[in-house]
Amino acid sequence: MPESFLNSRGKPIVLALVQAIQENTAYLSEVDGAIGDGDHGINMNKGFSRCEELIKDRDISLTDSLNILGTVLLDDIGGSMGPLYGSFFLDMAAVCHDKSEIDRYIFGEMLRAGLESIQGLGNAKLGDKTLLDTLIPAYNAYSASQLGRASFKVCLGDMVLAAEKGRESTRDMVAKVGRASRLGERSRGVLDAGAVSCFLILQAFANSIDTLIS
Amino acid sequence: MQRIINDPNLVVDEMVEGFVKNHSDLISKTGNPRVLKFINAPVKGKVGVVTGGGSGHKPAFIGYIGHNMVDAVAVGEIFSSPSAKAFLDAFREANSGNGVACLYGNYAGDNMNVKMAKRLAEAEGIKVMTVVANDDVPSAPITEREKRRGVAGEVLMWKIGGAMAATGAPLDEVVRVAQKAIDSTRSVGVGLTPCTIPAVGKPNFVIEPGKMEMGIGHHGEPGVAVTDLKPADQIADDMLGLILPDLPFSEDDEVVVLVSGLGATPVMELYIYFDHVFDQLNAKGITVYRSYVGNYFTSLEMMGVTLTIMKVDTELKKLVDMDSVSMGFTQFDWSK
Repeated sequence: MPESFLNSRGKPIVLALVQAIQENTAYLSEVDGAIGDGDHGINMNKGFSRCEELIKDRDISLTDSLNILGTVLLDDIGGSMGPLYGSFFLDMAAVCHDKSEIDRYIFGEMLRAGLESIQGLGNAKLGDKTLLDTLIPAYNAYSASQLGRASFKVCLGDMVLAAEKGRESTRDMVAKVGRASRLGERSRGVLDAGAVSCFLILQAFANSIDTLIS
Repeated sequence: MQRIINDPNLVVDEMVEGFVKNHSDLISKTGNPRVLKFINAPVKGKVGVVTGGGSGHKPAFIGYIGHNMVDAVAVGEIFSSPSAKAFLDAFREANSGNGVACLYGNYAGDNMNVKMAKRLAEAEGIKVMTVVANDDVPSAPITEREKRRGVAGEVLMWKIGGAMAATGAPLDEVVRVAQKAIDSTRSVGVGLTPCTIPAVGKPNFVIEPGKMEMGIGHHGEPGVAVTDLKPADQIADDMLGLILPDLPFSEDDEVVVLVSGLGATPVMELYIYFDHVFDQLNAKGITVYRSYVGNYFTSLEMMGVTLTIMKVDTELKKLVDMDSVSMGFTQFDWSK
């Protein structure tokens, strides 16, 4: 099995992210409604669908697709998720922009850059009931497998398992940042909407890359 | 949901269109559909004053664009921060070469987007300084004041900052006095009903009939106490009790009072409420120098009221007295 895919053939990855958000729009809003505004799915869907419009008829690379997704989120969506996910995708794109082939090592670097850009924007830490509770363990699991010389497929599988566990871990947390933090103890008992959307995004990355390298 | 809308996903766009058509003497569109500006902006020789925030708070934020007020505003989705791009474009529209004072409220999304926009603006040579309003007393203890939300006190911050900019003062002076205004201001809100984001279609929090929630935020953030609905005078007493000791305001102080409805409370009731606030302040030896009663900073169709009090000295009095023209705040001294 090949251990890499061509950047130029990577657009289906971003279309898979779009699809994951579109299919879960109502679910994300429902999760957000428990302790937030209930508009997470609506705003995410707006941004991801706009990106789909811009890339669907074009023959473009993963880098360009990620750049378009990041720019749309950053420029048009706003809120907290616009800048966080916008910078996440833009910084991932910056890592692969001069790479014609993407292997498990480069994808690991992309994840790391995305994670660091989110950490640089907000003040959230692990355990604050945010998307970082999905993303940090997911990156750590990926990175550990990659260092252990596991195949690209296995690295991605380990990432998704850790992301899922991370997402579930937010259920018992009390929100420390963002609007839900105003609820204090009342934010316990439900998932964080950002942790859920982050899981969906990582899962879509894994499944679509898996298809490309199979 | 009993609302006068078309497509719930387009409420912000359609509201902006109608607003610009009605206020064409004061407001103009820009290249960014999510940025509106004062028709004369950038005003030559003047520091640009910018704000921005989520929609659903009319007159905030675009209603404070105008003469001696705000020069440009970034418009967000309902209850959701404008994008960094919108803040950046607002900075560009407001900047006449004298820099930009970005006076906004303390919310996670706004903080992030303003921070990114400021970095981008400075990369192209626009000097930006910020003041973050945090006047909402029940949202965090005084020891963690930096965590408090910005609410209706922002209106007074824009009035003071806008007036100072209009005098031709440099950027650091505009920012100093806007910071002084917000540091001298305390607010508290009470909610009687929840509100509904049109695209969501149902309220995301509950206030039972016959109850009220003291300390509620502008997006339904939980308050400090849910009690039976009390008479106006008692509500006013409770709210004064929360904010007067916090600054503290004391005997012989002079204050500006701003009472704002949250959207669905009849204005008549705001005057019933203010009547008691005024008398109680007088009884404590606090002089109401000026007062404003009306819908200044709302939360869609929430019922309730916010009370904002700013302690004023000679400098703040002079600035708050200055004439201003905007949809939400027009003041003209006809006795001059």
